[in-house]
Formats: sequence, C-alpha cells, structure tokens
Amino acid sequence: MGFERFGRLSFTAQSKTADFVDFLEKGDLYATRCGDCGLIFFPPRADCCSCLSSAMDWVKVDPRGKLVSFTRSYFAPTGFENDVPYVLAVAEFDNIKVFGRFKEGYTEDDLSAGMEVALKPLTLPDGQISYQFEPAS
Amino acid sequence: MANDVAIIGVGQSNFVRGYEGSIRELSFEAYREAMQDAGLTRDDLDASIICSAPEYDKQRSPSGLIAEYLGLNPQPTFAVESVCSSSTTGLKTAYALIKSGLHQAVAVVGFQKMSEISSADSQERMGRGADIMWESPFGTTMPAYYAMHARAHFDTYGTTEEDLALIRVKAAKYGQLNEKAVYRKDLVMDKIMESDYVSSPLKRFDCCANADGSSCIILASAEKAKQSSVQPVWILGLGSATASYSVTGRNTYAGLESAREAARQAYRMASMEPQDIDVAEVHDCFTIAELMAYENLGFAEPGRGAELIRNRETYLEGKIPVNVDGGLLSKGHPIGATGGSQVRTIVQQLRGEAGKIQVPGAKTGLVHNIGGVGIYANVIIMGS
Ligand SMILES: [Zn+2]
Repeated sequence: MGFERFGRLSFTAQSKTADFVDFLEKGDLYATRCGDCGLIFFPPRADCCSCLSSAMDWVKVDPRGKLVSFTRSYFAPTGFENDVPYVLAVAEFDNIKVFGRFKEGYTEDDLSAGMEVALKPLTLPDGQISYQFEPAS
Repeated sequence: MANDVAIIGVGQSNFVRGYEGSIRELSFEAYREAMQDAGLTRDDLDASIICSAPEYDKQRSPSGLIAEYLGLNPQPTFAVESVCSSSTTGLKTAYALIKSGLHQAVAVVGFQKMSEISSADSQERMGRGADIMWESPFGTTMPAYYAMHARAHFDTYGTTEEDLALIRVKAAKYGQLNEKAVYRKDLVMDKIMESDYVSSPLKRFDCCANADGSSCIILASAEKAKQSSVQPVWILGLGSATASYSVTGRNTYAGLESAREAARQAYRMASMEPQDIDVAEVHDCFTIAELMAYENLGFAEPGRGAELIRNRETYLEGKIPVNVDGGLLSKGHPIGATGGSQVRTIVQQLRGEAGKIQVPGAKTGLVHNIGGVGIYANVIIMGS
C-alpha cells in the first residue's frame, strides 16, 4: 500500500517503490540505483533489468532541469475533466527524464524547449502527493 | 519459392461511426470479402488469428467466439494484441506459422467495435492507455503524447502546423474516393487551421476519428497459393520493434525509434532500400505520425519530411505515394482492424486493382503500422 497516494489520480495501490511517495511528501524526488551494477532508473524500479538484481538504493535527483517537450491538453480522461486545459511536459534532470504537469497558469506561449525548470513536490487539496514543473527561479 | 508466404485474399468492412450489429457480424463482413476474394472455403483454412484491443470488447476472449461464427471450428484460433498494430502483429504470426510448415493457410481477422462501450467508459479507458503508475496519474491522452512529438519535431526541425495541415488536405482528397472511409468530405487549409486545439499543437483535423470496422487477410504457403485464382502478393520483408511504454524512456521525440528499427529489419529482409518502394500505407493516427513515418521509413532524411508533403511527393503522382486510400485520417481507426486495412490497400495496389487510386505499375509496397505512440511498430514489405 501507499502508492495510491501518488498523483492527481492513482491507478496503482501496491508497488515495491511506494517509498517514492514518502520521499516526495518530504519534498524530494528520488530515483532508484542498482546496488550491484549502478544503473539509475526513473521512473524508479524495484528490479534491475540489466543484471537482475533487486538490491536497489534510493538516490536523490537534483530538481533543476531542462524542458524537453510539452503540450497543452484541452481534453482529459475521466477524473481529470475539471482540470482542462493543462500543460503536460517531459523534462530532463541529471540524465533522467520526468513526465508531469506544468504549474497551473502557464500556457505553451510561456514555454520553450531547453528552458530551465524546477521540479516541485506538492500536496493536492485532497491530500494526494504529486509534483509539477515550474520555471526555474 | 517453396518457402514463401503469400497473401491470397483481402477484405474490409465499411469503417463507420456506429456499426449496427455485433462484433461477430462485423468480423464476418471482412472475412466473407477476403474468402470470396481468395476463392477459398472454410475447409481450406488451417487456423485463424483474431486481433482486437480488448479494452473496447465487452466479450471476454473474443477469438473463440469469432472463430465459431466464421465457421472455423475445429481449427485452432487465438488472439493477438498490440493495440493499434494488432492485425499486422497477427499477420507476422500467421507468416511464422506458415513458414514453419505447421499450417498452409491462415486467416488474420482484425476487428474493433469502438462504440461497443459508452463514451464515458471510453474516456475512462483512455487515461489508462499510458503507464498507469507513472504517467496516467497526470491525466494523459493519446493526442497529448503525439502532440509532444509534434512540438519536438517543430523545435528540432522547424516543421509547422501548416505542414501538418497539408497532410490532412491530402488525406481528405483521397478519402473522398474511398467508399469504405468514415470521413469523406473535402477539407481546405483554412478549415483545418481554424479547427480547435485538441492538444497543442494538434488540432481537431490533425486527429483521425474513432470508427467501427473489420479487416481480414488470408495468408498461404506458395503451394496453397497455386490453388487460388488470384494473383498472389508475396511478403518480402517483415520488421517489428518496440520502445519504452513510458514516454520518459525515449531518446528522442522527433521520431519513433521503434518504427526506424522495424523499417531497418524489413528493408534488410527484403534486400531493399526506401527508394525501391512504389507505394506505402503509413500509420497516420495523427498528421504528425505520417510526417515522422516519412523520415523513419527513409523516404526523407530526418527533419526533411515536411518537404515531401510541401512538394506533393506523397500524392498519387509524386515520388512516393503515401496513404492514397485516405489513411486513418479519412478511413477512421478501428484499432484492431487498422493494420489489415492498410495491408488490403497495398495488396490491391500490387494486383493493379486499386481503381482511381492505382499507382501505375506498382510492384513493391510497404505498410507501417504503429501501436500506441511507438510502443509497438510493424513494417511489412510486399511484392507482386
Ligand atoms: Zn543492476
């Protein structure tokens, strides 16, 4: 249990990586690193597909990164209808990529590929734990 | 050519907005057309492969049901799924069954009745078409993922919304000629450019429509093909590849690496180059998908796909005609049936039976069929 607290609406309750949500709640983004071969994974994984080890360590990700691509979505699946329009984006941090939403109030006109962004953890009004991208200050 | 595998029958239902019949009846429409085309009866078939995306099916395990309705008991049947590329994955499976000598003739039936479930259910499933742990919690849609690829292509190469609109203009031109297409109206530049954003920079007319439909492809060994009266179309090259389900696992968004890899395999197997292809069907679920396909298939250098459509090189009279049946943009996209419909168009071209959209003298054709946003990619090269 624990993973159901992740994001605007979670579809998964159980994962061996649920500690990610606790780290996020405390304000940090974590990836996993294989204790045997050193590969770093984001999204975090419980198992290494390279060396088959499950000895994973949590490693903190520097929250300063660069925007890679983005879109402003005017339609949404069930559970997200009241949020539209919202900006979805991919950004790169320390050689890993992260997918998420951009902070409310920004449109595609405010954004460009390569711009510096910060990844900010946030607690939603209903208590869900998530993160969003913001322009780096 | 004792080891070779041929396509000896093709069929497709009309692609429509709300099919007034059951999935078994829908599947039968394409099956009947393909069997009559091949001149076969059910005893000639050794197996059936049924392709659909199960999230739209109310029927659990539809393959057994469809096989019964087609009269294909006691022959083996099973389901193959790779979402939008299900029926070309089915075709590859049928190829392997025949090439191995296990079977002589196999029917690949693709179907989707997307109107089988309510639009609320469809909206609910849409959000789970992404990695449900790490991406769905943000509210994802298929247009949003392709839109991020479009944005990356714009940023990397200077492609524009107008370039994408040109692809829809072409699709609409040929869609009007396709009796089985769901969208058959003409579309001019202004109307496309003025349409509302679905997920920027993709607008309404950059997106294909959902549809109900079915397709059927009959594959046979060379020996079996001799018994059929139709001109066999040979499978010369097959390529398949995958890429990460999570969008964050990709190295680039200005193209689909899985499509590039599938194309490389298919060209190598066929001992061919992109310039050997006379006519192609590519997976244009969105206009940007067709543009990326030009580059991923080697019809244009990376970043130069827009020049092909600007110069009308992918029109019927151009250097490499692409989607001259209207593509998914005009035909509609009944997930499990789509790849089979693409194969049907190429088979008709290579037989010289494509009517108003016939590419004169077409000898070699290619199908590019993508599942998800390049999670799955199949490329098939066929020759007459
Ligand atoms: Zn490892």
